[in-house]
Amino acid sequence: MRIAADIFTIVAILTGAFFFLAGTVGLLRFPDTLTRLHALTKADNLGLGLVVLGLLPQSNSVFAGLKMILVWLLVLLASATVSQLIARAARRDGPPS
Amino acid sequence: MSDALHLALIALLLALAFWTVVARETFAAVAGFVSYGLLLTLAWVALSAVDVALTEAAIGAGLTGALLIGAASRLRKTEAAARTEWPGRATRVLAAIVASAVAAAIAACVLLLPDPAPTLAPEVAQNLASTGVGNPITAVLMSFRAMDTMLEAIVLLFGLIAIWSLASDRYWGGRPGLAPVYEPNGILAYLARVLPPIGIVVGIYILWVGADYPGGKFQGGTVLAAMWLLLMMSGLHDAPAVSRRWVRLVLIGGPAVFILVGVLGVFVANAFLAYPAGFAKPLIIVIEVALLPSLAVTLTLLLIGPPQRSESPP
Amino acid sequence: MNAPTLFGLCAAVLVGLGLYGLIVHPQPLRKVLSFNLIGSGVFLVCAVIARRGAAAGVGGDPVPQALLITAIVVAFAASALAVALMLRQCDETGSNSLSSDPGPAPAKPPADGEA
Repeated sequence: MRIAADIFTIVAILTGAFFFLAGTVGLLRFPDTLTRLHALTKADNLGLGLVVLGLLPQSNSVFAGLKMILVWLLVLLASATVSQLIARAARRDGPPS
Repeated sequence: MSDALHLALIALLLALAFWTVVARETFAAVAGFVSYGLLLTLAWVALSAVDVALTEAAIGAGLTGALLIGAASRLRKTEAAARTEWPGRATRVLAAIVASAVAAAIAACVLLLPDPAPTLAPEVAQNLASTGVGNPITAVLMSFRAMDTMLEAIVLLFGLIAIWSLASDRYWGGRPGLAPVYEPNGILAYLARVLPPIGIVVGIYILWVGADYPGGKFQGGTVLAAMWLLLMMSGLHDAPAVSRRWVRLVLIGGPAVFILVGVLGVFVANAFLAYPAGFAKPLIIVIEVALLPSLAVTLTLLLIGPPQRSESPP
Repeated sequence: MNAPTLFGLCAAVLVGLGLYGLIVHPQPLRKVLSFNLIGSGVFLVCAVIARRGAAAGVGGDPVPQALLITAIVVAFAASALAVALMLRQCDETGSNSLSSDPGPAPAKPPADGEA
């Protein structure tokens, strides 16, 4: 049982790290602000969700697990809002560079 | 493995610090500084200073970052003029030599630190039980070195008074900051309706767990300050005029309770800020609960600056 | 070389970088940024000293760590005061220069609070 949980953790966190990597590559390689935002918000939120999912079997209490899930939800809320605000500022200030 | 992580962290920290110094645009430099502050929290965790990491994330990176970003965008128009004042090559070489010498001296001091290191940790651990709190850092802040914390709260208040005194005469006692722009259907207004209830619970939770785990009034107060700032930025709520009585009462409430408890100690326990045996934890909680709103309001008002508008809306 | 020493050397470089920026940058805001870098370097040295003092089941000496928390909060207050001063100067004179030369003509004549 312990080993199964550990394997689950490793697979989930590696997948999460892959999404973070993909998001960062998108940030560096995509041509303009809007596509960069697209890469960052989508890939990183999924990546963080997978990391949290992977850490859940390792947390020693239900409360700690709930706190991690809350952190993920708050990051989702914040990043969705911030990406909207950045996109609006980019549109207002003319063609993104 | 852990060493490789530490080295990567140090390399990133130094690269971002370098960027902060050499970036051409002030705004880009501030962005680098905020990322630097967030990475620095990992350095505090690596040095097992989790309480400091929380403070750094909340105040060092968060509030200071917001302050500097606001200043950078308001000073952007002066930037071109400032570039003409860039010092000549001789000054820069001399500055580089001086800075390198100072860095080398500090590095030498770090390498020559005494071994075994002097420490007060055993004394703190021995006397922890007498304070009733489980987090040694809270014990130091609120009991063993409570004088420092009290003076710090007063220094924050003095800083705020100094900032208010920069207001021009006609706005004295008016509302601080710029007039908010309210967009009822904007995404910021949505966030400002959803987040504050959660943020207030989180802020009070961080204060409460501070007794036994990393956390405390500064970190919790900063979360509350952030929620209030979010309300002001979204335009749902305007900053209060600084001459309002409730603002002043909240501001002095925390330090006043701290001083009162300290004076009480003179009569009951024979020393300023001494707690009578058995009453340490309740008194610490009284001070912390009184300080939380004071700190939240002080930090918010420090960030938004001196009064810039008269009290009545235009 | 152990982790605290590595972070201590990193702190030394941070103070050096900040000091260089503090001297060469003409804009006050960049000086505040550099000063914050110096500050964080000094804080990092303190954290290294605290970490080396780990004993009695605590991960670091809690006394310097508590002082660090105080220091970070006070550093924020000092930065806020510095920013308020430079914004006020900018409002009054239209420039953000520390130079004592008259430079470009100010937008408005300097008002009372110039001392």
